[in-house]
Amino acid sequence: MTHSPKNRGKCEISLMVNGRPETVRVYPMERLLDVLRQELGLTGTKEGCGEGECGSCSVLIDGKLVNSCLIPALQAEGTNLTTIEGLAEGPQLHALQTAFLECGGAQCGICTPGMILAACQLLEKKPNPTLDDIREGLSGNLCRCTGYMQIFDAVMEAARRNPA
Amino acid sequence: MTEAHIIGKSVPRKEGRDKVTGAARYIDDISLPGMLYGATVRSRIPRGVIKKISFDPQFDWSEFVIVAANDIPGKNCIALIGDDQPCLADGMVNHPEEPILLLAHEGRHMLRQAIEAVSIEYEPLPAVFTIEDSERRSQVIWGTDNIFKTFLIAKGEVDSVWAKADYIVEGEYTTGAQEQLYIENNGVIASFDAKQGITVWGSLQCPYYVHKALMALCDLPAEKVRVVQAETGGAFGGKEDYPSMIAGHAALLAMKSGRPVKIVYDRLEDMTATTKRHPSRTRHRTAVGKDGKILGGEIDFTIDGGAYATLSSVVLSRGTIHAGGPYYWPNVRIRGKAVATNTPPHGAFRGFGAPQSLFAMERHMNRIAQVVGLSPAEIRRRNFLKPGQTTTTEQTVREEIDLGKLLDRAVDLSAHDAKKARFAQENEAGSIRRGMGIAAFLHGAGFTGSGERYLASVVGVEGCADGTVRVLVSSTEFGQGTNTVLCQIAAEALNLPYDYIRIAQPDTNQVPNSGPTVASRTAMVVGSLVRSAAIGVRQTLTAGGTLSTSYSPEEFRAACRRHITEHGELRSYAHYEVPAGVLWDDLKYRGEAYATYAWAVYVAEVAVDLSTYSARVEDFVALQEVGRVLHPILAKGQIAGGVAQGIGFALYEKVVWQNGRMQNGQMTNYIMPASSDLPQIRIFFEEMGNIHGAYGAKGIGELPMDGPAPAIVNAIEDALGTHFDSIPLLPEDIFEAVSAESNGELVSTNTKR
Repeated sequence: MTHSPKNRGKCEISLMVNGRPETVRVYPMERLLDVLRQELGLTGTKEGCGEGECGSCSVLIDGKLVNSCLIPALQAEGTNLTTIEGLAEGPQLHALQTAFLECGGAQCGICTPGMILAACQLLEKKPNPTLDDIREGLSGNLCRCTGYMQIFDAVMEAARRNPA
Repeated sequence: MTEAHIIGKSVPRKEGRDKVTGAARYIDDISLPGMLYGATVRSRIPRGVIKKISFDPQFDWSEFVIVAANDIPGKNCIALIGDDQPCLADGMVNHPEEPILLLAHEGRHMLRQAIEAVSIEYEPLPAVFTIEDSERRSQVIWGTDNIFKTFLIAKGEVDSVWAKADYIVEGEYTTGAQEQLYIENNGVIASFDAKQGITVWGSLQCPYYVHKALMALCDLPAEKVRVVQAETGGAFGGKEDYPSMIAGHAALLAMKSGRPVKIVYDRLEDMTATTKRHPSRTRHRTAVGKDGKILGGEIDFTIDGGAYATLSSVVLSRGTIHAGGPYYWPNVRIRGKAVATNTPPHGAFRGFGAPQSLFAMERHMNRIAQVVGLSPAEIRRRNFLKPGQTTTTEQTVREEIDLGKLLDRAVDLSAHDAKKARFAQENEAGSIRRGMGIAAFLHGAGFTGSGERYLASVVGVEGCADGTVRVLVSSTEFGQGTNTVLCQIAAEALNLPYDYIRIAQPDTNQVPNSGPTVASRTAMVVGSLVRSAAIGVRQTLTAGGTLSTSYSPEEFRAACRRHITEHGELRSYAHYEVPAGVLWDDLKYRGEAYATYAWAVYVAEVAVDLSTYSARVEDFVALQEVGRVLHPILAKGQIAGGVAQGIGFALYEKVVWQNGRMQNGQMTNYIMPASSDLPQIRIFFEEMGNIHGAYGAKGIGELPMDGPAPAIVNAIEDALGTHFDSIPLLPEDIFEAVSAESNGELVSTNTKR
């Protein structure tokens, strides 16, 4: 353990990130969002509001959608975490990523990582969602560009292609 | 000419893959070695003299870089249209959140404490916060009369119409401020070295606006200022002028420290300190014949510009020109005025003044309909502009536009008549009241009047050694699809596959000035230039004999390679030329205000719950004529996004002001529509064969912001039988108006500030 001033007060956490084991030194109450972006270089997770309202920083912890701006890093100890970078398998995009691309679900792209992860969780729970399920399931993720219509199209399309 | 092979097809968004995988790099995703973080110390009062700035002696300032107004090497202003806005307050503050001092440190987390450790003593001065206060001039806070700009449009003989009128209809309508609320906050990184000068990377719309502002602020020649756009997470006008401010701040810190400096706002700072849509007040007085035809009228359109002039004059211009809507006015006098208040300057937001004045026009048409005893559809039909007639600026409508046909189709698509009749019966019982509302409107594409001539945009297209083609423009992508549509146009012009075309990152060292990315001008104006420049590349190759007139992509690739080997480079530039017959008089505000207009009729179905007084849009039909649709998915995405923002403008988004400062600068208390708040937005295009711009495109981006608010408020009026003349219309506003009416009172529903 180092005692340089830079590491004072930090503790070590281990977790799985996108299928890979990671160990990082963090301040216990540091935001998970900052650890992902700054320590692990996973900048696909975005900050929109910093108070859990917009959903841009959404990640999956043990398959559950959370706002990483509200989660202390320590809470991620021992968990299995998925960010947008972990969704594609090599060059092969996830069905939702392809559908977002084809249906116009991404415009400026800043809400897109969180929105896709929210849609991931939704399809996990409801593989054949109705339009109302999608409206409700994505209501914690704000998008200012699309008016959501093409995001709904994308989720419907991804569900259609991956029948449960 | 051969049939279009790419135009009209929904090809994949150029930067889409990076966006869906999280690989796209926005400004806060970028770090430079040795980078510091910057922050801004801001005014806590609306107006006053700065008496003293002191630094807490208990705080360790040794690791901080501090910049004040006297550190500015050039002129202390944000050079835009005028130069009245300081980059850092010098002795005087004119609005809350005005920047006074800049701080930078290696640790981002150190900045908040440092801001708290600076104390500023002020001698407060009386301030003004509303249009009415500003007009009274009890305090003169800007110039000699608090007026940034006025316009007068005069057509025919207005004074003679009142005597002939069967009805004279008056109304006053107001709209509130609205936050652009891009999900990515404003942010930049600046770096400086004495040899190369200043470089800024940022989230921004207009690289050359920032370039101009930095030259003046840093006292550097053009070649020593470089501005590069990073991936930009939404803008909507909100990153048109403010990036010059934040870029200036980062540049000053970088120059003083000799290290790169990043400034990225958090949500609260972005919402309270940066621009919003101008609040407005419109007064109508209209002379109408017994057949419902408008004989003439007066329109007074006034906007609140905030503390500095910034873009208010041009926002006012567009709002004033659009104030008469898509109707024929034989006689009209329109006065536009932008006034100063001690709030942060209001700025560009999608629609740029038109959503404000068109809200008034479309509410007023319903009022006229009631007075005359016609339906909202019929009053519009009788007054629509027709080909050959002139607009309020006496521009002859040359397009084959049939607004009656648009109206009929929108009424059909929304089942307007049947629903309206059914709701009228059903509203007798129960606590849900439903109604239908129509709005008809137009939106001018491109810069107003002589604006495009002054911009004199330049576009380049380059054939590369590997046979690909690069589009060189300063036009930026922030979600609308600039990259995709401009590449599509180049591919079409060169008859090459879409994958052969790339677009250069907007970088003032690499791309010519194709003008700002605003005013729904990119597809139409810049697109035309891309087409010309692409044709120039082809002609260079064919004229030189390297390429025959019909060619395969492989032959094009080989010809490019050969040309570059022989001549070094293959570039073609296109310069904007004013189309023939476009005449505009800047002094009289008369003539061809826009090269062309997009036209639309929107219909809203609304339900108001009388137990909560909340209004909800249940169905929305958006029908428009935008020339040729170049990319159906992008075009529909623009319309749906604009309609959603329009629904927010009407029903959800209220800026709460106190002493000139926004009190609800968070996403928890300033409410934009979520997915569960919106109806299905049904989008339709009507192509009427009007050809403008590249392959027939007209402007599209701003249009959908204009119609939703009046359509929705018209629908609420239909549901409740109560007049509402102000937006935003939140449940408490509806409650207040309905209760007052049932108590027999007549109340004003003006938004209080």
